[in-house]
Amino acid sequence: MSKFEFTRRGLIKSGAAVGAGLAMPTILTRPAYSYTNEPKGGTVTLGFNVPQTGPYADEGNDELLAQKLAVEHLNGEGDGGCLTTFTSKALKGNGILGKKVTFVTGDTQTKSDAARASAKSMIEKDGAIMINGGSSSGVAVAVQGLCQEAGVIFMAGLTHANDTTGKDRKANGFRHFFNAYMSGAALAPVLAKEMGKDRRAYHLTADYNWGWTQEESIKASTEALGWETVNTVKTPLASTDFSSYIAPVINAGADVLVLNHYGGNMVNSLTNAIQFGLLDKAVNGKDFKIVVPLYSELMAAGAGDNIKGVLGSMNYNWQLDNEGSKTFVKSFGEKYGRPPSNSAQTCYAQVLLYADACERAGTFNPCGVVEALEGFEFDGLGNGPTTYRKEDHQCFKDVLVVRGAQNPTTKFDTLEIVEITPVANVTYPPNHPMFGGDEATLGKCNPGA
Amino acid sequence: MFGLDKRDTTLFLFVVAITLLAPFLLNPFPTESALAQFNAGYPDLMQRFVIFGIFAIGFNILFGLTGYLSFGHAAFLGVGSYAAVWMFKLLSFNIVPAIILSVLVAGVFSLAIGYICLRRSGIYFSILTLAFAQMSFAMAYSVLSNPNFNLTNGETGLQVYADDPQILKGDGPDFTHLFGLEMNTTKTLELGAWAFQFNAGFYVCAFFMIIAFYIAMRIFRSPFGLMLRAIKTNQTRLNYTGLNSRPYTLAAFVISGMYAGLAGGLLAVTDPLAGAERMQWTASGEVVLMTILGGAGTLLGPILGAAFIKYFENIFSKINDTVLHSWFSFMPESIDNFLVAILYPFVGKGWHLTLGLMFMLIVIFLPGGLVDGGQRLWNRITGKNRTQAEPVANPKPAE
Repeated sequence: MSKFEFTRRGLIKSGAAVGAGLAMPTILTRPAYSYTNEPKGGTVTLGFNVPQTGPYADEGNDELLAQKLAVEHLNGEGDGGCLTTFTSKALKGNGILGKKVTFVTGDTQTKSDAARASAKSMIEKDGAIMINGGSSSGVAVAVQGLCQEAGVIFMAGLTHANDTTGKDRKANGFRHFFNAYMSGAALAPVLAKEMGKDRRAYHLTADYNWGWTQEESIKASTEALGWETVNTVKTPLASTDFSSYIAPVINAGADVLVLNHYGGNMVNSLTNAIQFGLLDKAVNGKDFKIVVPLYSELMAAGAGDNIKGVLGSMNYNWQLDNEGSKTFVKSFGEKYGRPPSNSAQTCYAQVLLYADACERAGTFNPCGVVEALEGFEFDGLGNGPTTYRKEDHQCFKDVLVVRGAQNPTTKFDTLEIVEITPVANVTYPPNHPMFGGDEATLGKCNPGA
Repeated sequence: MFGLDKRDTTLFLFVVAITLLAPFLLNPFPTESALAQFNAGYPDLMQRFVIFGIFAIGFNILFGLTGYLSFGHAAFLGVGSYAAVWMFKLLSFNIVPAIILSVLVAGVFSLAIGYICLRRSGIYFSILTLAFAQMSFAMAYSVLSNPNFNLTNGETGLQVYADDPQILKGDGPDFTHLFGLEMNTTKTLELGAWAFQFNAGFYVCAFFMIIAFYIAMRIFRSPFGLMLRAIKTNQTRLNYTGLNSRPYTLAAFVISGMYAGLAGGLLAVTDPLAGAERMQWTASGEVVLMTILGGAGTLLGPILGAAFIKYFENIFSKINDTVLHSWFSFMPESIDNFLVAILYPFVGKGWHLTLGLMFMLIVIFLPGGLVDGGQRLWNRITGKNRTQAEPVANPKPAE
């Protein structure tokens, strides 16, 4: 074994060098900001953190397109989009508070770690004052926590689990997208109307946080109708073949299959179910039905013909017939040559809502923005009248129940709107047990430095 | 000095110097310039450089010395993170107990896995470790995060909530801290057009990396290290001499597992959230890439490799088409569009592609990794055929 040779001189010398190195950072500082990343120049930087690789890359890229469009509109380029229909008229098309809007992008890879690393680099390096985006609830919750610590605003993108504005709610975080509870509440009456009140449901659930909250929500609302839940089976997230999970469904005496799956999972499980001929079967004297509580255009495209007649819910659909929606679809369609998906719409709306809140607050200070957004009522962004609830920073608006169209005319209208469930039917108290109960609190807004 | 010979002392002091001066070295471009895009001197990335440096140094003790290629080291990283976050949840945000526990838990975990996996060598060993790591991932992702027994919080990632016990916290800080010094404290030094950021979390991680590097150096130079090299060279012959090599490989496995645990703990220290994807096979593969890219079996290589990969992941992935257009905007629009169209697939979401190409080039032309490249360059400059600074026993491609 080689031996340590401590000499007094050597030790003092190296000790002094190390000490000097460690002490250096404490010598010099710079004048403090009044809040994290206060914009000092003529521009303000927003951070768009979306999955560009991984299972939700399609959604992420659609979000990015919408975010770029929103920045254009804020800076007064393009046709102005929803700035013309938005009920709040604070935005002038001259950036935010007179500062030109610039943005940085990052790749979340649909992983909490990567998403936080990317968001951190936006905050620490690029001086982003707001983070927007995300296509998965795990990522949204993780990045929301980070933004709370760092003192910037988080405007969530596509995140559907109850936890985002439930037990994991944060003062600096806001969600425009709807959630699993709302899906359940909106779907239940339609299910009762179409399938009757005497059904036996079988759940296949993606085995992670979002799957569970959705299963819980759907189960609660369908059991309230009088349905019976025969069985709930968790499927590993990485599964690509669901045949072995589909086979026992009929034997269990179920007559409805609920697929709490999203993205590629849903495409595969639905395809398997159709291949097994479930929809052609009659059980308990009733036609077999399949329900996919959370739909998206991109999933519908992936599943092709299999979604015909299958019911589900959505936050937004481009076929919605209101002024804001038509303006947005026109603007998006002219630029990118196709209608926007519901994840694109939520990100677009979030960017505009943030900008508007800054204008109304007269500052970029997160605490001012939080105050301006809390309890804010607006219309003209595509979803109809909407409120940002003060207690949990969740948007309340109508929820769409959709069905796979029997005879789509183009590849864009594969889904048809069955019903627009009014906001009153999907509202719940902020201390609802599925949302963390009384213990869940937003905490205090954090302006950072 | 420090029980090292002259050349090792120089190398060690070199590593200490570049680590401590990283905030300067990684920020060569003025903040407002277009090239600032390539600056890496912000706290989060610097922390990642040193943390993954520790991870790769540890991995290199196993792979570089014994030649056992583990494809499951991310499991130890993840276990270390979970252990650290649990310490934050139960005790307080002080990082000392968290780091100690993360190293210990990873050590015990790697002892258990190593005891089983080391019964085989070569490809069988790799597959066994991969299997264990994927099992750990699946456990963390769903099995151990069910509402009745929530150890890992699944997809969302384990994090600290306001209603956690934190029995020792009292009035202490609300962020990870070392006896009051919060890890997200950053001082900024503005010198002309430059802004240099000094972050407490980075210096804590840097301190551990220097220790880790020193220990690795001592292991490399010790009789134990020599025994590990013997295993790599010809394990069968070693066994025929009547020597049981398994305790040595197991020791190396546990040591490198503890390094991974330390890295995992530090990840939680700089950002108190532990996600299950930290244990996924891609993360295990990443550390293999880091080690090979930098130079397996060399002391400095793994650190360079870790920095190289993390740099690509964080800097290249953020160059989008808008940034590209701003670079070439001085040219006529058609040329601008043309150049952007050519470059775009290699940056932004295409950073994997660039990394893959670099990896291929390095493995083909520089079998000894970046360290090999540095040596060749040095020989070219000095014009002499210097003996290699590192005893890289005949550098050869990854096995």
